[in-house]
Amino acid sequence: MTFLTGWARTAPTPATVARPRTTAGLAALVAGAPARGLVARGLGRSYGDAAQNAGGLVVDCTALTSWSLDVGTGVGTGVGTDVGAVTAGAGVSMHELMTALVPRGWFVPVSPGTRQVTVGGAIAADVHGKNHRRDSSFGAHLRSLTLVTADGATRVLRPGDPLFWATVGGMGLTGVIAEATFACLPVETSRMRVDIERTRDLDETLEVMAATGDRYSVAWIDLMARGRSVLTRGDHATRDDLPGIADPLAFAPVTRLTAPPWAPNGLLNPLTVRAFNEAWYRRARPAHGLIQGLGPFFHPLDSIKGWNRLYGSRGFVQYQFVVPDGAEETLRRIVDRLSADGVPSFLGVLKRLGPGTPGPLSFPMPGWTLALDVPAGRRGLAGLLRMFDGWVAEAGGRVYLAKDSRLPGGMMAAMYPRLGEWRAVRAEADPDNVFRSDLARRLDL
Amino acid sequence: MKNALGSVDTVLVFGGLSEIGLAIVRRLVRGGARRVVLAVRGGEAPVIDGAEVHVVGFDAARPETHGAVVDEAVRLVGDLDVVISAFGVLGTQREYDADPVAAAESIAVNLGGHVSAGLFAARRLREQGHGTLVMLSSVAGVRVRRANFVYGAGKAGLDGFAQGLGDSLHGTGARVLVVRPGFVRGRMTAGMSPAPMSTTPGAVADAVVAGLRSGAELVWVPGGLRVLFTAMRSLPRALWRRLPR
Repeated sequence: MTFLTGWARTAPTPATVARPRTTAGLAALVAGAPARGLVARGLGRSYGDAAQNAGGLVVDCTALTSWSLDVGTGVGTGVGTDVGAVTAGAGVSMHELMTALVPRGWFVPVSPGTRQVTVGGAIAADVHGKNHRRDSSFGAHLRSLTLVTADGATRVLRPGDPLFWATVGGMGLTGVIAEATFACLPVETSRMRVDIERTRDLDETLEVMAATGDRYSVAWIDLMARGRSVLTRGDHATRDDLPGIADPLAFAPVTRLTAPPWAPNGLLNPLTVRAFNEAWYRRARPAHGLIQGLGPFFHPLDSIKGWNRLYGSRGFVQYQFVVPDGAEETLRRIVDRLSADGVPSFLGVLKRLGPGTPGPLSFPMPGWTLALDVPAGRRGLAGLLRMFDGWVAEAGGRVYLAKDSRLPGGMMAAMYPRLGEWRAVRAEADPDNVFRSDLARRLDL
Repeated sequence: MKNALGSVDTVLVFGGLSEIGLAIVRRLVRGGARRVVLAVRGGEAPVIDGAEVHVVGFDAARPETHGAVVDEAVRLVGDLDVVISAFGVLGTQREYDADPVAAAESIAVNLGGHVSAGLFAARRLREQGHGTLVMLSSVAGVRVRRANFVYGAGKAGLDGFAQGLGDSLHGTGARVLVVRPGFVRGRMTAGMSPAPMSTTPGAVADAVVAGLRSGAELVWVPGGLRVLFTAMRSLPRALWRRLPR
């Protein structure tokens, strides 16, 4: 038995961990699932208990790492540009993909805030990135996926199949994803052309973000100072943006720092977090047409290895919710409340979301999403977040299951109105609940 | 499942009508628990706002039935996040001196009942890889006093059992929380004059809920008893036996 937690290092539970190297090996594990069931795990970047299974089996998919790139010329797209598609094992990480694809002129269709997520995890959580408003989530770019189902069979699913969409955002509870094929984005360079600006408060942040037409945009928002933000927007730089650079597609991301293996509880407190946020805000020099690497633009936290340990042994909670367009007032209420209470929240991340996928449990919807981190030991946190849950649900929004570690089960139906539809598909595919996780138990999924 | 902030979903109480047990349950429900099983010998099931409550029959003196109670609770609510072993009988030493059979029977409940219920519950918690068993010990068992040595002997046995069980569960994901209250002013002690540093069922429940949240292995209620009993334990026997109560 191995004790596992999510990225936020709360609520550890023990499980037997197996690491299959082939789809056949994976299918054999599913066919012989123990009484407490099993769930797939990738790089453990979901924040809560989605990839834990107390007393049962956890299938580590990180050895399923074969992949291939298939490039065609405008086939069936009606446009003249090349189209590329990657077929990758569930355990291939975004980091591996980008390192291999970018020098060949391709980029992943959606990149979450870290490269350390696997293809399987990206599908199970239907991850989104800074381009969601324009390009939707990972599931929207999927052409097919290979799923090992409860009966031990290996099925290839395509959009249109209800089980396909129950799996996209389904948190690993419909089966274990073995492989997937998804479209890629052609890029001319490995750099970004970025605009950076600072806003004074939340209202200004919302105003500027609502008016932006860039492919990518994100606001790093200071939740201890009424939502003043550093807003970055941009798109992939073209060759013309980089005159005189010999190898415009070179990509070699680096880890600059490693967090110490141990940090005291309370290192991140209102005082230190306020100081950090202040420094971050002041350091950001407004710029136009700045050329940045992919890493600093998409994954700034990846440059600090193990940053989650800075919260100490008690860990932290990431709270990410979305409220639909028109419900900005709810967002304002939450930001005001966090600011007034002095909740020590490291830079929040505010993004605009666009159309969601048909996945009944997929998180994104057109609107605004805010993600914030708070030390788990913070007094009164449980009650505060329960109050926010109520506001978010009332506004027609929801919290993101890949980040969740504390949502009361009773909130699921209000936040995910298509839960019943998802349950019906799941019950048919897995009548004996072979696929189970601590998250599934906690939320009665 | 216990969540990241220490809230739980399901609770089983052996001795489901106990004042302390119910006080703990009410606090856990306020903190988010949704399903409760009260294992009781009989009597009116209390209403607990905000939770689905199930009542199952339970006789502490019949250890052969305790496994079925755990199974039934699991059938009703699924994984058990918290199991509270809260039953007990309290007689006076004078009664036990007069009726040694009653004394032995009280030990069968206060110690034997907890051993079987605790072991059956622990087996389930070990299988599920999580969950906390709350065992209500007492300072009466920390050093047994002449004024109530039959009751104290039962609690001393229970306390040792609970600690040993907690150690045996180490590394399984399941755990035991040993609770050592002082004199609790409540229904069980009605008519008795309170000892110094006495407490209430509500205060015991607050300490248990805090202990569950933090993952403690042992709580004293009130906390000052820990210091007092550290001293009491090293009191010479000649003085100890002269204590009035």
